[in-house]
Amino acid sequence: MQEARVTIQNKLGLHARPATAFVTVAQEFQSSITVRRSDADELIDGKSIMMLMMLGATKGTELVICTEGSDDTEAIKALVQLVMSNFDEE
Amino acid sequence: MKLTDLVVNEAVIVKLEGAKRNEVIEELLDALVAAGRVDTGNRDDYLKAIIKREKRGSTGFGHGVAVPHAKAESIDQISVAIGLCADGVDFNALDQQPVHAVFLLLSPEDRPEDHLDAMEAIFGSLSQEQFRRFLFQAQSIDDVMTLLDEHDKSQATR
Repeated sequence: MQEARVTIQNKLGLHARPATAFVTVAQEFQSSITVRRSDADELIDGKSIMMLMMLGATKGTELVICTEGSDDTEAIKALVQLVMSNFDEE
Repeated sequence: MKLTDLVVNEAVIVKLEGAKRNEVIEELLDALVAAGRVDTGNRDDYLKAIIKREKRGSTGFGHGVAVPHAKAESIDQISVAIGLCADGVDFNALDQQPVHAVFLLLSPEDRPEDHLDAMEAIFGSLSQEQFRRFLFQAQSIDDVMTLLDEHDKSQATR
């Protein structure tokens, strides 16, 4: 299992477009992917856009991403990189 | 954020007339205009913005629901219109399934936090299988508003 903490930095937060991008990357991997806000316990499925939108992650929200499976190292790397790139937004 | 505060009662359409994505978006937007939430003068710009957003990537996020949306400077209050269609509308959804419930969302440009709050409330309900089932079966505006109210109350007691 791999775990990483990332902070949403783009101005508009995790709105529909970045959430779609997250799911698209997550779905490329076999590993199960869960996400939670660092200030909450509820785990959500990182491959479901509806669930990601339920996080209400604004700029400054810290997320904990967990991957588990045969490609969990690659998965966590790709997802952290995506968030760190601010989803190509401001 | 409460669904009953976001959704405009007069802009709930339980039987959409349109059968195509753009027609449905237009119908819901016009309902918001009629309800006084959108100025007639801005209507065409919003329509363009919503459809442009839809072309960049479908807001048909699966499970028979779509949430087309736009942000605009001249919107001062988040407004949501709901449309239902038993036959289903092709939204080019992520799961390729027809859409039976459309939530059209307009939010102020300068308040991204509110936009995310509203999305959180909307998906908090739409992600529940039971909520979707009851919503798809709603026959009247009252049915829809009661369902939204029940959802708000269940959230409040969590």
